[in-house]
Amino acid sequence: MQIIKEYQLIIIGGGPAGLAAALSAAQNGLSDILIVERDKYLGGILNQCIHNGFGLHYFKEELTGPEYSKRFIDLLSETNVEVALDTMALNLENSEEWRYLHVMSSFEGYRILRSKAVILAMGCRERTRMNIQIPGTRAAGIFNAGQAQLYVNLEGYMVGKKVIILGSGDVGLIMARRMTLEGAEVVACVEVMPYPGGLNRNIVQCLQDFNIPLYLSHTITDIKGRNRVEQVTVQEVDQNGKPIAGTEKYYNVDTILLSVGLIPENELSREAGVPLDPRTSGPIVYENKETLAQGIFACGNVLHVHDLVDFVTEEAESAGQAAACFVQSGGCVKQDSKIISLKTDSNIGYTVPQQIRIDDVEKAVRVFFRVRKIFREPSRIVFRDQLKSEIASFKRPFMFPAEMENVNLPRQLLENISGTELTISVEE
Amino acid sequence: MFDVIIIGAGIIGCATAYQLSQFKLKVLLLDKENDVSLGASCANTAIIHGGYDPDPATLMGKYNVKGAKRCIELVDALDIKFKKSGTLIIALAENDLKTLDKYYNRGLLNGVEGMAMLDGEEARKREPNLSEAVIGALWVPESGVINPWEFTIAMAEVAVREGVKLELNQKVVDIEKNTDHYLVKTETNQFRTKYVVNAAGVYSDKIHNMVAEPAFTIKPTRGQYFLLDRSAGETIKTIIFPCATEFTKGILVSPTIHDNILVGPDAEVISDPEDTSTTGEALAFIAKQARKSVPCLDFRNNIRNYSGIRANSDYNDFFIKISTPKFLDLAAIKSPGLTCAPIIAEEGIKLLAEEGLELNKKANWDGTRKIIRFKEIPKAERADFIEKNPEYGRIICRCEHITEGEIIAAIRRGLPIFSLDAVKRRAGSGLGRCQGGFCGPRVQEIIARETGISPLDILLNKTGSYILVDRTKNTEK
Amino acid sequence: MVQEIICIVCPRGCHLKVDPENDYEVTGNACPRGISYGKAELKNPTRVITSTVKIKGAELTRCPVKTDQAVPKTKMREIMQLINSVTLEAPVKTGDIIIERISDTEANLVVCRDITNC
Repeated sequence: MQIIKEYQLIIIGGGPAGLAAALSAAQNGLSDILIVERDKYLGGILNQCIHNGFGLHYFKEELTGPEYSKRFIDLLSETNVEVALDTMALNLENSEEWRYLHVMSSFEGYRILRSKAVILAMGCRERTRMNIQIPGTRAAGIFNAGQAQLYVNLEGYMVGKKVIILGSGDVGLIMARRMTLEGAEVVACVEVMPYPGGLNRNIVQCLQDFNIPLYLSHTITDIKGRNRVEQVTVQEVDQNGKPIAGTEKYYNVDTILLSVGLIPENELSREAGVPLDPRTSGPIVYENKETLAQGIFACGNVLHVHDLVDFVTEEAESAGQAAACFVQSGGCVKQDSKIISLKTDSNIGYTVPQQIRIDDVEKAVRVFFRVRKIFREPSRIVFRDQLKSEIASFKRPFMFPAEMENVNLPRQLLENISGTELTISVEE
Repeated sequence: MFDVIIIGAGIIGCATAYQLSQFKLKVLLLDKENDVSLGASCANTAIIHGGYDPDPATLMGKYNVKGAKRCIELVDALDIKFKKSGTLIIALAENDLKTLDKYYNRGLLNGVEGMAMLDGEEARKREPNLSEAVIGALWVPESGVINPWEFTIAMAEVAVREGVKLELNQKVVDIEKNTDHYLVKTETNQFRTKYVVNAAGVYSDKIHNMVAEPAFTIKPTRGQYFLLDRSAGETIKTIIFPCATEFTKGILVSPTIHDNILVGPDAEVISDPEDTSTTGEALAFIAKQARKSVPCLDFRNNIRNYSGIRANSDYNDFFIKISTPKFLDLAAIKSPGLTCAPIIAEEGIKLLAEEGLELNKKANWDGTRKIIRFKEIPKAERADFIEKNPEYGRIICRCEHITEGEIIAAIRRGLPIFSLDAVKRRAGSGLGRCQGGFCGPRVQEIIARETGISPLDILLNKTGSYILVDRTKNTEK
Repeated sequence: MVQEIICIVCPRGCHLKVDPENDYEVTGNACPRGISYGKAELKNPTRVITSTVKIKGAELTRCPVKTDQAVPKTKMREIMQLINSVTLEAPVKTGDIIIERISDTEANLVVCRDITNC
């Protein structure tokens, strides 16, 4: 088949990750860059995140979603990065020298592009009611919070009048406030875990400000209403998440918003043979965000689900830089570098990166991870090698699953470990 | 005055309408819902059965093998999807081996071709993910999976194109028998006709009783299902049935047309034939049973649960009869009703002819339909195709790669469209893992543009299933 | 009466006790930032309001907006009514002021997204 066009770097996705990756790659010397974006606009999910609170880390000010992405879009317009909007990436194939991407749009048709490097920046999708198997009817009025956010903020439609929210993730909390300010009644927010999934700030400003009760260790166990939602049953759950008989509460609502987790969208990656980590549902990456498939990098929510866009931006910048380096030097990593695999104990959900090539670490490598339970008391994050000797430790006054954590592992410490594995654990 | 009114636009009603459309007749197809194929035809096991199971003495036994062959002929004519996957009926205990023998012998009597008895190892060679506990299996190659609503809709589309009139949202409340005609009364209308065909599914006993002495009672039987994501699609390639017990035909694990895995159904007689809700207990039961056949099934891959209501009855066969002059019952159609549908329609039309219905063929009848599926266009031809048809270059459903062109074509194919699910059933948008989360608003936009219906009035599925309640900032109220 | 509030300065979420009758004395805080948050939240709670307004002449029918600084919490409903009554004409630019000193506050209502006309 005919190759229509050739690039140094193609970035799949024009959301916050793709934008920052493109800018960084351009700043690091690449001139032939393409962003492929399926929507009609750049900015990704930020376009519908009209609330503020973005950019506190990165810009040291509070921006709304569209304002945050505008900063990057404006900078991008000063570069010669090409952008293909309303264009779908259908298929990614990997070979030694080139990455092949099949893209399609109504105005440019079906095209096969090839590129020296590819950055995956496709983001994530929401878990649905069906993923978590809530029984009941299949009435209208059950929305994912992000889907409702799109209807309300971008399309200008109200999705309901009387609303219950399942899941206390940030999108759900934000939508509780949005729906209330737009005139709906939000009767409760229900969370199956014993702790909230979202930030305290959102618990206070999106629920407490409007006297919306938050029920922890509760879930929706039945949905009634033949054509539109009419009633939901809420029950308390025990320590194993099983509903407790006799705790049923009934709410007459017409709408359920679900904020029950996000899943990185890796269909393209999977087809291209990029190995994924079942813990993150994203690609396994090295220290420089390169996946185990040569020349393919990943950043943002396609790699692992972030709670702050600021970290997405930083991660994407480092992926952009690494991709630029890869293109310019045909892979800047020494092939014979020692590779260290990061393992986790039961208190840690995952790490990114999962593998570290020591020779590629300049001074230190930043390791992101999430804890799996609340640590209210001061604790230590400890790295041990295969002989169980402590390689590094970091103190934290407290840690929450809702907050992504990170530490900097100095190269110096990595050089002296026994074996090829490092286990990260929490010690109280 | 119509020649024939068919009550019920499920697979039986639509198969009958499709076949009647080749004759010079005035035919009216009625349904109480806002689309065809909204009852059991939309929510079932989606299998063209091999025919090893039904009693050879019944119509079910007589029609099955013939029906399966006719379905496969129609697959080509109607451009619908069928996958000949074959069926393995597995034995998990010594007792089951006797049941397999019974099936094998029944299959021979019913004319099933190519059956083979396998031992456990041979079965696992075919399906490596089968349980180690499987000690034997019956292999039935002449069977497979189909898309039942696509089948139904395709026949309705051709029927309507060939002159059958379709009236939706018409619930029949009474039938008046007059000397030379029937008066079929709905909630909002009435229609005169010489002949009536009762294809009303779970309501077929009620329709029957409007003009004839009670002869059978429908026992609406709910069955619940899991649909697992395509990423689990490699788990099995064959339809896996356990041996039926006294209580249930058994929980099957089956591939689907869309490369998902389907698991279910249970069987629960319920009082409300509209109650298609799912329950935690039933789903837990189904998951547990299914793992006995295929232990590695991972229900975290679930993308949809649903339930269908089958028209089981106290009559141990299909009820296919002229129950009173010029009134044909195609009633009590349960499994293998989907497989037998084309034969049921043909046999029904024979009975109508015996009642005096004149069947004069139209000169230019075309019983075929052709649709474009972007995914099936070879990659090398896509560029040329999209250049000529740009709307096929825009993907609307990301999960299933359904294009705007396919959605527009589905809306324009002749049957009225009121809902996102109507488009889903025709074009396949929203069938995938996000279940319409991303494409729903886009599909809504296209329906609004194509039909002129306001987005506020576009439904999720049946009448009353509104999605949006108002504009934001509506200060005009 | 002593009031209990959750501190939102950092993820720790200290449960602060604030006593308005004792010069807004704050207890339960793990760091000094909790004191200033607790005092401010009880004396004069303020919030930035973000929403959308109608827009004409563009492909989009709604334009995101915000108050460019925090406004008293008590004025939220009043400000929302003003926001709901506005209709913009495309094009608009991020930062364009829609309503100055909205509801007699120090804040302006401003556009948050560039929207071109079509």
